[in-house]
Amino acid sequence: MSYVWTIAEQNKGRLREVSFELLCRGRKLADKMNTKLCSVLLGSNVADDILQELISRGADEVYFIDDPRLASFIVETHSNALSDLIKKYKPHTILAAATSSGRTMMPYVAIQVSTGLTADCTELDIEEGTNYLLQTRPAIGGNIMATIKTPDHSPQMATVRPKSSRPLPLDPTRRGKIVRLPLPDGLYDPRVREVGFRMSHEDSASIEEADIVVAGGKGMKKSDNFAMLRTMARHLGGVVGGTRDAVDRGWLTYPQQIGLSGKTISPKLYVAAGVSGSIQHLAGIKTSEYIVAINQDPEANIFQVADFGIVGNLFEVVPLINARLEAHNKGGK
Amino acid sequence: MRIIVTIKQVPETSNVKMDKETGTMIREGVVSVINPLDLYAIEAGIEIKELHGGHVTVCTMGPPSAAKALKEAIAMGCDEGVLVSDKKFAGADTWATSYTLGAAIKELGPFDLILAGERATDGDTGQVGPGLAAWLGLPLATYVSKICSLENNQLTVERLVEDGYQVLQLPMPALLTVVKEISNPRLPTLRGKKKARASQLRVLSARDLEVQESHLGLKGSPTKVVKIEYPKVTRGGKMVKASGEEGLHTAVSALFAFLAEKELI
Repeated sequence: MSYVWTIAEQNKGRLREVSFELLCRGRKLADKMNTKLCSVLLGSNVADDILQELISRGADEVYFIDDPRLASFIVETHSNALSDLIKKYKPHTILAAATSSGRTMMPYVAIQVSTGLTADCTELDIEEGTNYLLQTRPAIGGNIMATIKTPDHSPQMATVRPKSSRPLPLDPTRRGKIVRLPLPDGLYDPRVREVGFRMSHEDSASIEEADIVVAGGKGMKKSDNFAMLRTMARHLGGVVGGTRDAVDRGWLTYPQQIGLSGKTISPKLYVAAGVSGSIQHLAGIKTSEYIVAINQDPEANIFQVADFGIVGNLFEVVPLINARLEAHNKGGK
Repeated sequence: MRIIVTIKQVPETSNVKMDKETGTMIREGVVSVINPLDLYAIEAGIEIKELHGGHVTVCTMGPPSAAKALKEAIAMGCDEGVLVSDKKFAGADTWATSYTLGAAIKELGPFDLILAGERATDGDTGQVGPGLAAWLGLPLATYVSKICSLENNQLTVERLVEDGYQVLQLPMPALLTVVKEISNPRLPTLRGKKKARASQLRVLSARDLEVQESHLGLKGSPTKVVKIEYPKVTRGGKMVKASGEEGLHTAVSALFAFLAEKELI
């Protein structure tokens, strides 16, 4: 039986959290098919003890193609390397993260190795009898859930929405094989080069990767009022995002935009303040684990998807929440 | 400079209402529009043309009714429209769509740049742009938020990634998928609309393309949809009113009880 692979992601020698989320998904599939789980990393200069964490979080084997030319993500070279590995080892299933690099590389690889690919899945399973990967994903703004399979093609490939599963607990007693591989000759594509990197200012730190997102909409009324949401985010250990309205008014930057024309997120907790809940915005938050909404209008759409709603003036409610959070953090732990 | 913008016609979602009984989307009477994220690609193409000179071809694969989307793009300022349309293309997944679009673009002759929206708001995959680059062997940059420079056949672009903006240099011809930050789409002008009405669209069918029939449409698609569900999106959560000093405190206390129960604080 061929293996289940997950594609790990690295950044400057460190593994991204999503690498471990994928292993949790992959472990279930591999166990169901009685096969091994292998984590594949394309990158440069990652230490063995860091790779060991992939084993401790569920992988049986780690393949690491280690080359300075894979240090930053360039789709052509990364895809060539992965496609070559697929042709050599013929995995059964490959799961990658639905991140900016996963959603770029995997469709490229799908063409190179002639197989199907399902984007941004939130549920995965193995079909009894056939061992086909059942890939379930939201579409049409989260209004339908489609289950897709890829019969007669190999490997079975899907990208998985970040934060849609939690990593397995660290088990330092797990043992596994770590294989370092060179980048084979002829796979480096010199056409595209990274010539710089501009970090986002900390306020827009990756809302897709955050466990807790505090968002504001039109009801925030002005840019300065977002200070109270930043305070709440800081107390909760989260980040700030917002609706298209908030971004178009210049209150937030585009990387913070949540919804159909911005990011789709699945945090543990999503707090919406002054957000009415347009169809487009809801599309971006529906797979959040818990949704809390604060809005003056009891008829606002956001309350339909909320697990907990406060009908009231957010300019009274939010400061009180913040004061309570501050007291909680000081006194509690 | 010859620019090709690939677009998709999608159902308009801004006026869609939710059925409060079933908690699902009401789909009746939904009209079709240009995928909103493609408008940024169209605008970027027109701006490059205005800056560097050239010609913008807008291209879509879809049923004959997708001609309307092409005409709208021409009204914004694109120069010509190409409709890739054939019953044989129907039901294509992203693999078969990028294959067919690739074959159509080969048919259109030499070009310098292909621009596409980051993804379509209906299928929401974002896979056709990268797939198309793979079929055509083009240098690719996705999530492009800014074109920093375009000279001597070299593009320097910024792409929006999780931690910030990656700056890439790539030779043309190349393919870029773009995000909202790249441009502010203009509205069609009256003159543009007139031009669009008078314009003749070029239609390409399977016969016109060098394609393998086995790679087309539903039959040629590696992925198959096996089940569609309409999830109940409403959660029926607890709602409390925060009115008056006391109501406010009670409401916030109830919220903290909820957060504690769910182990969120």
